[in-house]
Amino acid sequence: MNGALLEIRGLRVTFTGGARPVRAVDGVDLALARGEVVALLGESGSGKTVTLRSVLRLHPEDRTRIEGAIRVDGVDVLSLSGEALSDFRGRVASMIFQEPMLALDPVYTLGDQIVEAILRHEQVTAREARARALRLFEHVRIPSPERRLDSYPHELSGGMRQRAMIALALACNPKLLLADEPTTALDATVQVQILLLLRELQRELGLAMVFVTHDISVAVEVADRIAVMYAGRIVEIGAVRDVIRTPRHPYTAGLLATRAHGGRLSGRRLATIPGSPPDLADLPPGCAFAPRCALAVDACRAAAPEPVEVGAGHTARCIRAERLPTPA
Amino acid sequence: MSAPLLEVRGLVKTFPARRDLFGRATSVVSAVDGVDFDLYEGETLGVVGESGCGKSTTARLLLHLLDATAGTIRFEGRTVGSRELPWKAFRRQVQIVFQDSYASLNPRLTVAESVAFGPRVHGVPRAEAEARAHELLARVGLEPARFAGRFPHELSGGQRQRVNIARALALQPRVLVLDEPVSALDKSVEAQVLNLLLDLKDAFRLTYLFISHDLEVVRYMSDRVLVMYLGRVAEIGPTEEIYRASRHPYTTALLASMLSMDPDRRTEAAPISGDPPNPIDPPPGCRFHTRCAFAEDVCARRAPAPTAIAPGHAVACHMSVAGSGHSRAPARAA
Amino acid sequence: MSAVVSAPREIAVVRSPGYWATVARRFLRDPVAVAAALVVLALVLMAVFAPLLAPHDPLQGMTLKRLRPVGTEGHPLGTDELGRDMLSRLIYGARISLFMGIVPVFAALAIGGAIGIVAGYAGGWTNSVLMRTMDVFFAFPSVLLAVALAGALGPGIANSLIALTLVFVPPIARVAESVTTGVRTRDYVEAARASGAGTFAILREHVLGNVLGPIFVYAMSLIAVAMILASGLSFLGLGVKPPQPDWGLMLNTLRTAIYTQPLVCALPGVMIFVTSISFNLMTDGLRSAMDIKA
Repeated sequence: MNGALLEIRGLRVTFTGGARPVRAVDGVDLALARGEVVALLGESGSGKTVTLRSVLRLHPEDRTRIEGAIRVDGVDVLSLSGEALSDFRGRVASMIFQEPMLALDPVYTLGDQIVEAILRHEQVTAREARARALRLFEHVRIPSPERRLDSYPHELSGGMRQRAMIALALACNPKLLLADEPTTALDATVQVQILLLLRELQRELGLAMVFVTHDISVAVEVADRIAVMYAGRIVEIGAVRDVIRTPRHPYTAGLLATRAHGGRLSGRRLATIPGSPPDLADLPPGCAFAPRCALAVDACRAAAPEPVEVGAGHTARCIRAERLPTPA
Repeated sequence: MSAPLLEVRGLVKTFPARRDLFGRATSVVSAVDGVDFDLYEGETLGVVGESGCGKSTTARLLLHLLDATAGTIRFEGRTVGSRELPWKAFRRQVQIVFQDSYASLNPRLTVAESVAFGPRVHGVPRAEAEARAHELLARVGLEPARFAGRFPHELSGGQRQRVNIARALALQPRVLVLDEPVSALDKSVEAQVLNLLLDLKDAFRLTYLFISHDLEVVRYMSDRVLVMYLGRVAEIGPTEEIYRASRHPYTTALLASMLSMDPDRRTEAAPISGDPPNPIDPPPGCRFHTRCAFAEDVCARRAPAPTAIAPGHAVACHMSVAGSGHSRAPARAA
Repeated sequence: MSAVVSAPREIAVVRSPGYWATVARRFLRDPVAVAAALVVLALVLMAVFAPLLAPHDPLQGMTLKRLRPVGTEGHPLGTDELGRDMLSRLIYGARISLFMGIVPVFAALAIGGAIGIVAGYAGGWTNSVLMRTMDVFFAFPSVLLAVALAGALGPGIANSLIALTLVFVPPIARVAESVTTGVRTRDYVEAARASGAGTFAILREHVLGNVLGPIFVYAMSLIAVAMILASGLSFLGLGVKPPQPDWGLMLNTLRTAIYTQPLVCALPGVMIFVTSISFNLMTDGLRSAMDIKA
């Protein structure tokens, strides 16, 4: 496939550390063009973060089985090891996290961390690296960047730390940015600022970005396409407009319907999805959403549905997709 | 409007931020700094604000989980903590549900034991307390035969939060303080719990203080909304008035930060820049003036007092106070 | 809500296995921990049934049969410098050695646990006073403290028990304090306070059950240390007196023969090593078995 920067084929991730093996990701296919933003949307345990971390091979090797193929910019990620893997991380693909305090080293200044990241990957002098760190800080709009380079992570507010982490992730000009709920821990007024910054940087630098979130409104704000995950599979994927306006999987439709929005009309209750998310160690044989689905029939419980093309570039893993009401 | 069920006046809470060698506070965080509000029987008062605004501290002060530095709470006209109404008697009337459903339940007690604990403390015999626990579990949608004997780690987040709600109801309170009750739940479960809260409110004629950072959820649940910023009340008023015609620039910015859910109307510019300031050294005057687009000299000099601008709608902003000295303030009424 | 009280009692309630039943099931799935626990059990049984197991009198020596090597006819583990049967002495030695390891730790568990729980739950000034006092003791290396205390109190089993107990009070108090402080700030304790429960009811229902397990596990891990310290005191002549069979003391008295019968001399050390590693592995298993997550 030409043009695809990230290509994930048949990804299966199984954690073998516990009493029973848990298949957290079960057959994910995803392709990302250069400069494209895809949101992986799902609840806890849906496999969205596991998928993301697999791209950088961040899972503990001895307790994880990864099957399938992941290619980033022509590099077969699953075959990388040692030096080549370290070189790949940060230089080709890098990651930003929900909690910058865990991603940044508390005992080094922010400037030192960025300089170190640059020197690790590139043959430049420390002076050049420092100059680049300053430009990065200006780029992510940290006020008084010169002074902030010499700050320690704990001296910054939450939003500033998140900006510093973005600067660190961009230090070596990666082509792919992996974002793991980067705005979830932030306040509403700060979240908007970070989302706008990410969108702007992504456009300006032509970055491809996989953005993991549990919040549909965040996904709508940043993504070109949305991939909805449930119990380790992508159950629906398509352009943002299509997925939001004409969801073709009952789970997506349910998520959209249950959102509290607008005032409460007297006596109106929220629509709900019954039940709770499934136990990954004990999944039903067929469609994992069937036990919670109002449209489920026997065929749903018999075999996991394959992706069905429901529109241009829009697929859903549902054999009952045509039964969903089409909004006007 | 009738007399309020709960009146909070001048509530202040400071925490020592740094101590000297002898444990004396050398600087303080004023987490709550002079908060006034009323809670009326049968309503839901939503409380919104960003982290550090003092909304959870206010909840804990109401339940006397923290000692207030200053301020009074009156319940049905009686001062709480005085001889008229001792804390223990007041606590039967007001209960709390926390955000973290797992941390809120003792891992060593079965679900029924947790729910029965409150009544037993108040002298209800064990058998009767357990019977009441079973009844309440059924009421929150957990079949007692299946769930009463379970331990918290065997339940899902949504089920645990139902147990916490049952536990809070076990003393037959009249007010429930809900401190981010659905924030930790998956979106597909959130709506179930919100519906349950609405049902229980009708069934038991409860009054809610609903704290959340989720502005959509607060709008859906609340009759009135209280907006807090750095330990102070910025604005309070009827929900739709606040959401449609907010008067405090902070409220307006906060509401403008809500994402549109419309790919064709994405946010183009951030409503305000920067983070909320550190509550250890809050800005003088109006605490919002450092981030406010309309700030003038007076805002840095004097803190605005909440001023009624419409029935039941008060704003703490110099722009809404006649004669405040702000250029946008209304002319003094003749 | 008034109808609530007259509601019929449910009859068939599914009751999940309790916390300790779950811990036991998880512990039994850990082969290393189970093996270690079996070794500990064997040592305890050996101590209890020493008179039945020992082939000879542990105190009766034979001048003609001194320092026989391992594998000697009638003395499978050889004899010591006074011609006493090593096997019998090692079996009897388990009595004093285990006693010296277990008793001070349990005494310290009672004292230090109480101090730590009170300090942790009370917080504030009470906490500062109690914990700073503990810190003073904690500042001394435990070996030095034990030796100094035992030296000050004078030699003998009772005094070394007291010395060892005092050595273990501060670390247990410190762990108890931190565990209790962690539990005290949990939301379920806050919720219990909000329901109007008194301090005593909260401590009994919500705090003790959640702190005793971790404190106990920590104390168990100290038994091995206590045994080694007790052996050290005996080695220095501050604990058990000859001719009592104690592994630490045996190590001391046999050291003169280290070049003639190295294997025999090493045997008490092997016993101390096996016992302490078994206790450690068993506590490790117990700790991970108790770590039940949602």
